Formats: sequence, C-alpha cells, structure tokens
Amino acid sequence: MDGSHDKRTEVQEIRNFSINFGPQHPAAHGVLRMVLELDGEIVERADPHIGLLHRGTEKLMESRTYLQNLPYFDRLDYVAPMNQEHAWCLAIERLAGIDVPRRASLIRVLFCEIGRVLNHLMNVCSQAMDVGALTPNLWGFEEREKLMVFYERACGARLHANYFRPGGVHQDLPPELLADIDQWAQEFPQMLDDIEGLLTENRIFKQRNVDIAVVSKQECLDWGMSGVMVRGSGMAWDLRRAQPYECYDEFDFQIPVGTKGDCYDRYLCRIKEMHESTKIIRQAIQKLDECKGEDVLSRGKHTPPKRSDMKTSMEALIHHFKLYTEGLHVPEGEIYAAVEAPKGEFGVYLIADGSNKPYKVKIRAPGYLHLQSLNHILQGHQLADVAAIVGTIDIVFGEIDR
Amino acid sequence: MTEALQDLAGVIEAKQSDALVSSGITHDELTVQVTPSGLIEFVEFLKSNSACQFTTLVDITAIDYPSRDKRFDVVYHFLSMTLNQRIRVKVTIDDGEMVETITAIHPSAGWFEREVFDMYGIMFANHPDLRRLLTDYGFQGHPLRKDFPTTGYVELRYDEVEKRCVYEPVKLTQEYRQFDFMSPWEGAEYILPGDEKGEGK
Repeated sequence: MDGSHDKRTEVQEIRNFSINFGPQHPAAHGVLRMVLELDGEIVERADPHIGLLHRGTEKLMESRTYLQNLPYFDRLDYVAPMNQEHAWCLAIERLAGIDVPRRASLIRVLFCEIGRVLNHLMNVCSQAMDVGALTPNLWGFEEREKLMVFYERACGARLHANYFRPGGVHQDLPPELLADIDQWAQEFPQMLDDIEGLLTENRIFKQRNVDIAVVSKQECLDWGMSGVMVRGSGMAWDLRRAQPYECYDEFDFQIPVGTKGDCYDRYLCRIKEMHESTKIIRQAIQKLDECKGEDVLSRGKHTPPKRSDMKTSMEALIHHFKLYTEGLHVPEGEIYAAVEAPKGEFGVYLIADGSNKPYKVKIRAPGYLHLQSLNHILQGHQLADVAAIVGTIDIVFGEIDR
Repeated sequence: MTEALQDLAGVIEAKQSDALVSSGITHDELTVQVTPSGLIEFVEFLKSNSACQFTTLVDITAIDYPSRDKRFDVVYHFLSMTLNQRIRVKVTIDDGEMVETITAIHPSAGWFEREVFDMYGIMFANHPDLRRLLTDYGFQGHPLRKDFPTTGYVELRYDEVEKRCVYEPVKLTQEYRQFDFMSPWEGAEYILPGDEKGEGK
C-alpha cells in the first residue's frame, strides 16, 4: 500500500524515509527545521535548515550607532543576554582604547557568570526534559526566575538587559541586590544537588545520554567547536583562562573537563560549571564590597557624564546630548573580540571606519558551528536520540540565525 | 603577546613568501593578506606547520567595499588552541571572482562559506554544497552588500483570500528614515534646510 511492498513479486522493498524534524517540534529548541534521512530507525543524514529566525542583525547594525546596536546583542542568545553585550563592549573598548573601572569590571564578571548559570540551567533541565524527565525543568525555571529578578533589579529588564556600556556598565548596583545575590549563591549549590539527585545517577537519564553523541578531540577541532563541547571531550580550553579578558585572571575557579565527550559528560561539565560560576559570583561580590562607591563608567568622550555634572556644567550637557544623538565615534580599524559565552566562543568582528556607525560587524556564534556539526554527529544514531543530541549541543536560534 | 605574533609573522614570511601579500600587527592581532591563488596552500600550511598549528577555524566572513577596485575582502579567522594564538587571513577579490573552498582542510568552513555566498554572492569553487543558508527559500539578492537596501525588496504576508503566503514588493507606509546625527559642521553631506534659498541670490 505504502510502496514498501511489491504486490507482483511479493518482495518487500526497503527504502529510506525522509522526515521533517521541526520547526514546530518541542525538542527543536526554537525554530530548527531538519530534514532527516532515516534508514529504519537510524539517521543516515541530517540537513538542518536554519534562518527561520533571521532578522538581519548584521545589516541593521550597519545603519545604527554603536550605542543603538548594543540591545541587538541581548536578542542574539536570549538565554544569557549579558554575555553577548560583553563581547560588543570589549570590541569597542579595545578599538577606542577605553579603560574600564574596576567596579564595572567586577559587575560585568558577576553578571556574565549569572548568565552562565541561566544558560546552563536552561540547557541541562530542558535536555533532561527531552529525554523524559519533567521535574528538573520545573525546578530549573524556578531558579532562572530568581536570577532574572536580579537582572531586572540591575537594569530594569528580565531578559533584554541593555546594561553593559562601552567603558563600564550603565548604573551601579544597589547594595541590597548584592546581598540578595550572595544569599542566592549560598543556597543555589543545594538546589543544584537536588537537580543532580534527580538526574546524575538516574537509570533512564544515563541510558539516554551515556555514549550518545561521542565527540573526539579531533572532531572538536575539525568542526570548530568551543565551550562545553570541547571541554566535554577532555580539552581544558576556556577563554576565561586561556586568553583572560576583563578581570577573570583574579578569580579562583576550576575548568571542569570530561573524558569521553558524550552527552553525559557534557551534562556533568555544565553542572560543575554552574558550581564554579557560583564560586566566581561569591568572589565577585566580595571584591565589589571592597570597592564600594567607585564609579562604574570611565568618564570621557565615549561615555555619558554624571547626572550631577549635567545639572551644573554646560559642557557636560552638550556632551550628553551629542553622545545620545550623534553617538560615539570609534577610530578606524578592525578588531576581533571573543568572550567565553556559556555556549562557547562568542566573537564580534568589528570593522570601524571612524564614524559613529560600524562599517561592518560579523557576529560569530558558537551554536552556529555546533549545529553545523549535527549532520556529522547524528549519523548512525537512533531517531529517538536526535532530541537528546539537539539538546546537548546547546543551540539557541537567536544567535544562530542572527 | 606581540613578540610571539612577530615571531609567527616572521615564520610565515620565510615559509610562505609566494602567497603572502602583506602582514601587520594591530591591537595585538596579526593580519596577513594572501593571494587568492595561494590561499589553499597557505591555510594548509597554517594548519600543519608546527610553529602555527591553527587547527580551529573560528570564522569566515566578507567585507564589501563598493568603491574599491577589487570589491570584496574575504576574511578568515583561525585559532590555535595549542599555541594559544589567533590569526586573521584576508583575500581580496573582485565581484564575480571565485575563491577556492577550504572545506577539505576545515570541514567547519562549509556553513561559513554558504553564508558568505548567501550574504555577499561570493562563489566558492569546489564547495560540496553551496546553497543559500540564512535567507528565505527562493530569496534573490545578497543582503549584506552595501548596495542592498536595509528594507529589502519583497515582503511576505498571509493572504486571507488565497489562503496562502504571498510575496509582494515592499510597501512602506512611512519612508525608511536613515537618521544622520553627524554634526553639520563635520560630516553632513546634505544641504542644510534653508541653505538652498541662499544659493539663488
């Protein structure tokens, strides 16, 4: 009837099936459309179709000023917004030679690590849901909500923060917020242990993840992977340690690495990284206590003046007006600034022509390369593993499609 | 950092003088310009030479300079995790010229080259699967070229009568505004409102 059976010869024909996975599939983590070619239950080829969330960020950025472009970065990887802003600010700062005050630097580290926890919570818990565990997702989102309240208290928005600025951060944090984050950081490891209690030794979870999507070191290099994908395969590569930016070199933290490079190792790495991030958060709060009251923006021609100065000084007022209409000028040149975003190396390649708008921006998203390698990783796996693997490579379409 | 990069630049200059056009270090980043014909060999050299070991491809993109003689720069970023170094390789080509694909050396170049083709219309010779990547199925034009309007040419909407999505030429209810905040004493290239009256007298 369906063509698999030849009536005349009574011979059963075997043929491959092509199926569409997504874009409306709950395990597609967004708008991934994937054409899978199946031999029975085994995936023979996967062709991801991306671009369904393409908004032309890079084109839009060419006609906006540097400051107006900052919010676009929140909308890339919307699971951990501030890590993206960080890369943009670093690129501008390096080209224009802006120094960041210590307090601002610490605040950035603090919120980047919160972003990392936000991302890993989302990933670990929803990947667990992809393989059948519902509870971690509910718990994880509760914790994420607490963290997003911290985002909101710092910058006024739960997700699209727009908080970092070239030369620092927008505003100082209220002291109560720091106390609350510290309180949270003390309680969070307990929560992580609870989630781990549900997953780490769970029979079903292990059956679905151990030895699935094993990525060797050579494959990591060939497919340009970064972040947890690389560390899960046993390479201790972390830009925070290897090419320290901001003030990460002052912090005491470990880089967890896996041994086998399968889904389960990557899960363990993410859990460990959340523990390490919590450690960094607590250290950052301690260091922030030591520099209370310091300025969080390096005042100069690239940053707005203080409000109090604006009320008294004509020059400051003019400068403020010019900065927010004309925007800041970045000297001619090109720069590649990369940060260790939760998903891997997030880079900004910026070409400035000396005007108030970037000539060209290229956003290098880690998920892009990971998704590209999916065809390679998926081959030979069961159809049921596709969901687990799409979960473990940690993709968010905001950054892949740009 | 800079010293290590200078050493690296020296090695490249000594070993790959044929392909090399120029090299320079700015902002602690090494940029080398190579000839399109020497690209493949150069990338292979970067990957295999023990002093380079650029085994990870970080990024490929292009830059459009419409006013230039040779219009496009194709820019490659490489990373060496073992030596903890980065390098930027540039190839200058004209509109319609082809660049050799590096997918045989770095499989991860596949999507990057597809994206560059999609966005800039630069063709990569011998690429295994050079389709559009990010734009819509059946899209025409190359959006990141400087002469492509930000608003695009076609828009998509669901037609209630035909019960399907239809493409139409872009209709803007309000003109697309490109604000120019540059100071009129410095960068303005337009006639200031009121100035045209003075011209006549």
